[in-house]
Amino acid sequence: MKNEPKIHPWQKLLDNPWLLLVLGVLIPILSYTVWGWVELLMTKPALLP
Amino acid sequence: MSLRPLTAPWFHAPAGFEKIWLGCAILWCFVMSLMMPYWHFRGKQNSTGEAYTVTPAAFMARVDKFVAANQVGTYKNPSSSNPLLQELPIVEPPAGGDAYLMGRMWMWYPALRLRLGETYRIHLSSVDLQHGFSLQPLNMNFHVLPGYDHVLTITPTSKGEFTIVCNEFCGLGHSNMSGKIFVE
Amino acid sequence: MSSSHNLSAPGTPGRVCGTTGLGVCLDAQRFIKLNAVVGIVFLLLGGIAALLLALTRWQTVHLLPADWFYRILTFHGINMLILWILFFEVAILYFACTTPLNARLYSRKVAWASFIMMLIGGVMVDYIILVGQADVMMTSYLPLLAHPLFYLGIILVAVGTLVGVFNFFATLYVAKRDGAYTGSMPIVTFGALAAAIIAVVTLLHGAVVMIPTFTYSMGWTAQPDPAWYRLIWWGLGHQSQQVNVCAMVAVWYLISHITVGAKPINEAVCRSAFVLYILFINLASAHHLLVDPGVGATWKIWNTSYAMYLAVLASMVHGFTVPAGIELAMREKGYNRGIFGWVSALPWKNPAFAATVLSVVIFGFLGGITGVTLGTQQINIIAHNTLRIPGHFHVTVVGGTTLAFMGLAYYVIPLIFQRDFIFRGVARLQPWLFGIGITLLAFGMSFAGSMGVSRRSWDIDAQGVYGPAAHLWLGVLGIGGILAFTGLLVFVLLCVGTLIFGKKIEGRAMADWGTPTALAGSTPGSLAHDHYAVKGTMVLTLVFLACFAVYYFANWKALADVWPVR
Repeated sequence: MKNEPKIHPWQKLLDNPWLLLVLGVLIPILSYTVWGWVELLMTKPALLP
Repeated sequence: MSLRPLTAPWFHAPAGFEKIWLGCAILWCFVMSLMMPYWHFRGKQNSTGEAYTVTPAAFMARVDKFVAANQVGTYKNPSSSNPLLQELPIVEPPAGGDAYLMGRMWMWYPALRLRLGETYRIHLSSVDLQHGFSLQPLNMNFHVLPGYDHVLTITPTSKGEFTIVCNEFCGLGHSNMSGKIFVE
Repeated sequence: MSSSHNLSAPGTPGRVCGTTGLGVCLDAQRFIKLNAVVGIVFLLLGGIAALLLALTRWQTVHLLPADWFYRILTFHGINMLILWILFFEVAILYFACTTPLNARLYSRKVAWASFIMMLIGGVMVDYIILVGQADVMMTSYLPLLAHPLFYLGIILVAVGTLVGVFNFFATLYVAKRDGAYTGSMPIVTFGALAAAIIAVVTLLHGAVVMIPTFTYSMGWTAQPDPAWYRLIWWGLGHQSQQVNVCAMVAVWYLISHITVGAKPINEAVCRSAFVLYILFINLASAHHLLVDPGVGATWKIWNTSYAMYLAVLASMVHGFTVPAGIELAMREKGYNRGIFGWVSALPWKNPAFAATVLSVVIFGFLGGITGVTLGTQQINIIAHNTLRIPGHFHVTVVGGTTLAFMGLAYYVIPLIFQRDFIFRGVARLQPWLFGIGITLLAFGMSFAGSMGVSRRSWDIDAQGVYGPAAHLWLGVLGIGGILAFTGLLVFVLLCVGTLIFGKKIEGRAMADWGTPTALAGSTPGSLAHDHYAVKGTMVLTLVFLACFAVYYFANWKALADVWPVR
């Protein structure tokens, strides 16, 4: 165990497909989909004098 | 090795040419990231998506009211292949005021007359399907949806006769769908 | 029968490849074959449609009447952007999670379920379009309404693909669990992983948008809001193209490795670029909504920039590392003369290699540059819904991804179907024919579009605003389309002909397409620590950056010339 080479933390993240899956699903859904949906829901009704 | 698993740790910081390229690419991305906000504040052409919800019936009523109050002439084109475009009212909004332009299968109604250098708020909506407002030959393009009043705050800076083409598929008459804006 | 997913475990159905010595899972092999063949059938159908469309937009020919134009345009979009590409990508996923990891595919039953759902969905959609019940374009923007089978077909394809993606993830999991491999998955598998993650996002959006639209078309629920529909649909529509980008880049690494012996010059850099794709590339679906009402400037700017261009950075990274891997491999083989001496020694006669280089150049120089520029919020004002948009995506999805996949087929058929290609001389020319055709088509589209010609329009003459120059470019579009279709047809005939008549490969290596030999005195790995070896790539990428800057700022200038608008 002592002789195992040290793995860089960045490599540990890249070697974890499940964490990448969660981040890859969450980030676009929040930034593009949810935010965009909220903007549409907040559209005010027209004032048509 | 591209096709075999890597059993030794592989993390190395970039070096040499790849590091130089990374630096160039990051710098370029930074420049591009600044351009849009810069243009948003200092540039003259922006698409802010200003919009309000509206029912097609309410919008159509507003258009009719706009035409009745501001009609200044009639555009006649008897040779047009599209019967809807053979006669269109020409309507001039007040300087600095609101104009109402409706997209429907297959016309933009009414024709507008605008003054050079004046700023108008043009309200775009559709009373049926999605349409594409495409002003030629300037090639300015905006999307038009039923249920939404899309407001463009716009200033004509060139004179002449401009044609509004539709560039979102809206049925068989789509490529015949047209409108007019005259700037004097 | 072994229950382990380690291909080396006794009793696991597998074979050893006679050319590479790598293990091949027989289950994966069967489904690679099924998905690849069906994919190529849809490619052919979409290609015939393409020819008919090109000959219609070329106004002089104007082949199809209006209703059939819009029908075939819908058919073309669905068959190319959804059916051809998703089937071929499932094949790539099944390869990437098995052979490189020495693993067995997780489940044959799951693979059958995926395949059958996708096939039924594809046939359903194609049928309902051709009988004229879905003249709505591939995007089927509400309130345009198609027959319910159109939506149901797309739902089946999306769910079926998701099931195949599940099979991929499950294989990764059990391969690690059963010790089929140790260490980190190779870059080709990692690229496929990026594609699979993005596919999950894509297909979730597909379900969310298509299910209420289907229930509306059946009369069971109210009409979804058209602006909402656009937002969610493009979560399916553009995200699916980002799956293509990842798959294409994975194929670039794969083919450059097989043909030249290239490997990633820095694994951390290449993999980080894929991670930037995973996290940020999906944001750019916003570029379809840049001139839409309802979504504001901040949302538009942040998302269309892929979060400050981080995903564009990723593409620029691959644009360096792929050629750099090739250049380094060549220099280590002894082809070290000057800055570009190694270029003439490249295996240009190898159709997989030629396809890859063409794909990299076309996707990078033409596709990437136009894409980022057109996807700029304000510049989109002079581009939205013009032919500039198809001009862009034909160089990315067709000149980039499809051409790379065609290149891959030149190895898949010998290695998986175990048949050597017939008419090898013709095969060597095919990528060039297709690549040049698509480039011409895209130039025709882009220049006509910059003159204001609309996309998705049957006839430009009715408007009376387009002059001879626009007609000329539509003619270029037509000629490019004919050439590209010929290249596509040749590809399909070569593949089908090889499957029927090609010489079987049993117990020997495949016929070599040509790979450069190492010169006397050269040592593999000799340049591993020389970080300034790849001079040619450095020059190429700086030229690319210069072209990018010129095109980008020229477009800002063109924008500044139109009326002020907010």
